[in-house]
Amino acid sequence: MKPEPAAKPKVAIVLGATCSGCDYSLLDLGPTLLDVTDAVDIVYWPTGIDSKLEDLEAVPDGGVDLILFDGAVVNEDNLEMARLCRKKAKILAAFGSCGAYGGIPGLINTGSPKKILLEVYQKLPTFTEKSESPAFEGENALPKMLGQAYALDQVVPVDVYLPGCPPPLKLVASLFTDVLSGKAIPKGTYYASNRAVCYECKRVKENKDITTLHRYHEIQPDPKRCLLEQGMICLGPATRGGCDAVCCTQNQPCRGCLGPLPNAEDGGSEMMSALASIIAVSDENKDSDYSAIFNNLNDTVGSFYTFTLAKSTLGRRKVD
Amino acid sequence: MSEPQKVRIVAFLCRWCSYAGADLAGVNRTKYLPNVFPIKVPCSARMDPELVLKAFAEGADGVLLAGCHPGDCHYLRGNYKALRRYNLLKKFVTQMGIENDRLRLEWISASEGSRYAEVVNDMTSKVQKLGPLKWRREIAIEA
Repeated sequence: MKPEPAAKPKVAIVLGATCSGCDYSLLDLGPTLLDVTDAVDIVYWPTGIDSKLEDLEAVPDGGVDLILFDGAVVNEDNLEMARLCRKKAKILAAFGSCGAYGGIPGLINTGSPKKILLEVYQKLPTFTEKSESPAFEGENALPKMLGQAYALDQVVPVDVYLPGCPPPLKLVASLFTDVLSGKAIPKGTYYASNRAVCYECKRVKENKDITTLHRYHEIQPDPKRCLLEQGMICLGPATRGGCDAVCCTQNQPCRGCLGPLPNAEDGGSEMMSALASIIAVSDENKDSDYSAIFNNLNDTVGSFYTFTLAKSTLGRRKVD
Repeated sequence: MSEPQKVRIVAFLCRWCSYAGADLAGVNRTKYLPNVFPIKVPCSARMDPELVLKAFAEGADGVLLAGCHPGDCHYLRGNYKALRRYNLLKKFVTQMGIENDRLRLEWISASEGSRYAEVVNDMTSKVQKLGPLKWRREIAIEA
């Protein structure tokens, strides 16, 4: 390797409770990834390069210019990593919806850890035999669960947010550009649009009067018309844009991975409010109680808070 | 017998009907249980789901929503909107583990002071049976 005249920015990509999809999505950069790896010095990235935790620990505090923390915080191991990252990072970025909002792991906040373990190890319909719950004590113990899932900024201060499942590459690229150019990034910056997905969605929006709600697999939606108007739960109106409405372009409703809009505290409840308001009041259903239309809604929490439950108003778990 | 549990019920009352009904209960000196905290809203449709969720998260043990009878809304269709939101919200809070009796929607007109008292008494006793809702308010890490 040639010696570099100026020190390259140090970058680390750290995993919490995650599916690692955000990491793999970086491979979509293609040959550009090689330019990125030339421009920065990756000190730790377990999915991408041969590196050990010691490599990250060896860096002096505040020595890593950018750490992308990918995943939610659900157990003691994630918590330790999050605190270590905060110590080592100049800029700590919550990378992906799990880091920024708790993401899919955040959905465990509907139940207690005991219930979750029971569900996963005993009751799953795909199991033919019941298996034992893993050990949390003794040799080969798994890290203890914290009792609920947290978004990264609920456990350590976070500098920038890069939501998305996975984050759209152009937003990742703009973060890297900002870091490489040495631009001062204000704390709490979201690398996503401040306007809703609907602004980027090209579908024709006409008259919103829903009479039935459809689940994803039930209909083949008209590719030209607004999905919400066709009775699918599309979180577009309550979700940050920046993705060029990629799901809606592929005839799939938005699931809200870029999180609530800047002025909305709780995106899911805003969407519930919006969806309920556009259910048609007609002469036929004027005297009904409007509960029948929601019968087809099997998972209300999962439909409206797919990625944001851990940071929502009620998402913090009940004390048992 | 032990003292009845002190539960807190937040009531969002529409200003045209239910709040006037609550006023009438006061004017008539109707006695009802003191656990309810009435909040005046312009219309039952003003009840944003977020307000209800926030009430639960910040320590309410029950939430009562009340508006004009169907067809009587001052803004024509506000209470229909409230009804649709309530049904969706109910599904959500049930899945989150909040009991059925803790969230209630009632139609109370301005002349139904005694009915307001009845509803409050009935709801309070039901919520007292369930006990306080211990929703964790602060984000604290269990270690």
